[in-house]
Amino acid sequence: MRERARKIRVSCVVNGTAASFEAYPMARLLDVLREELKLTGTKEGCGEGECGACSIEMDGALVNSCLVPALQAEGAKIRTIEGLAIGGSLHAVQQAFIAHGGAQCGICTPGMILAAVNLLARHPHPDDTQIREGLSGNLCRCTGYMKIFESVVAAVGKVEKRA
Amino acid sequence: MRAFLPAYEMETPRDLAAALERLASEPGAWKPFAGGTDLMVLLEAGKLPHKKFLNIWNLAELRGIHVAVEHVTLGALTTYAEVQRHEILAREFPLLCRAAAETGSVATQNRGTLGGNIANASPAADSPPALVVYGAEIEIVSAGGTRWAPYASFHTEYKKMNLRPGELIRAIRLPRSHAGWKQYFRKVGTRRAQAISKICFAGVGRVEAGRIADVRVALGSVGPTVLHAVRAEELLRGQRLGSVDLPAAQDALSAEIVPIDDMRSTARYRRNVARNLLAEFLEVLAG
Repeated sequence: MRERARKIRVSCVVNGTAASFEAYPMARLLDVLREELKLTGTKEGCGEGECGACSIEMDGALVNSCLVPALQAEGAKIRTIEGLAIGGSLHAVQQAFIAHGGAQCGICTPGMILAAVNLLARHPHPDDTQIREGLSGNLCRCTGYMKIFESVVAAVGKVEKRA
Repeated sequence: MRAFLPAYEMETPRDLAAALERLASEPGAWKPFAGGTDLMVLLEAGKLPHKKFLNIWNLAELRGIHVAVEHVTLGALTTYAEVQRHEILAREFPLLCRAAAETGSVATQNRGTLGGNIANASPAADSPPALVVYGAEIEIVSAGGTRWAPYASFHTEYKKMNLRPGELIRAIRLPRSHAGWKQYFRKVGTRRAQAISKICFAGVGRVEAGRIADVRVALGSVGPTVLHAVRAEELLRGQRLGSVDLPAAQDALSAEIVPIDDMRSTARYRRNVARNLLAEFLEVLAG
């Protein structure tokens, strides 16, 4: 196959810090995060936008990083699972997942937590339906979902405002 | 097999005029790329034949929801999340909001766009039936100018549409003419969230003095394009609600849809469900 595209330089902000990388324009943001920026907390499940394992926040919106081309990350503010804890202090949602058994094998966990954090930013006091909808794009094959649901319920009201 | 990334070019035009110039420079060569929720799936599967993409995601001219007296106009890059959040759409065009809420997950709804859904031309898309029943029109722009086309006849056959090389969908316009109409939407899939439709039904009806004064019905996933059920509509129009000949209307609908067996469902199941959804729609009209 003919090689036409050149790698481009993309500048963005990742977890509050300026970042820059080189990639082919249609490289998946998921691969760039993991392989160029070495942020391997973001996982790959299906690679087709069905499972939510690669969920990240881009300009405040939850997205599947497997479906974002590197070029579209130019200028974006990106938050991954690595951006939630501050120093040694975990985010309230992370703590709730530990306390309530919301994590099992761990592959869905980063995406699940990002989805929950994003949900609580949009709906600080979600009802059951809003929690279910907020998590509906994230598949888990271990927990049966109830412990994840309970973890999110437990985190309600505990998310601190952060700068 | 995964795609060979160096084969794929992508450019970001600085504004709409630059994008249209690029499209005109090599007609058919450049494909617009919006939220990527369909194209990136094909790329990863090694099934993306196009090699040159124009990143239109940041074009302000294709964004925004504008409310005027007669119409609501949605920029082609309006996402499903934006559709759901809009108060006037929620009040006057609830079927479009339902379709948006039932398309993919939160993450997909943040990136998937109305224009992309139209241009991707999947017969299983959920917003097209709502757009057809609301009498949507689409604004198509090119370096040569602007034209408007009725949405109901935009898709001509499977994955084919009334869009010429060099043209781009700029906006979707909905006439604000359904105040007081009864409205019904139902998507049937394998799972409540996320699943692609087995069948999708949108219907609106105006009831006057116990009669169906006017009615519009459209379905997804029962043919090569979104299907406007004109024969069923004809049969229902003018009928008294208490004495609708339901089996005749269901037969008319069944005769005009052309469902197939595929990985998501069977033609027989889709035909049966289409009949049932028409019955449920009539209950809503009578309710």
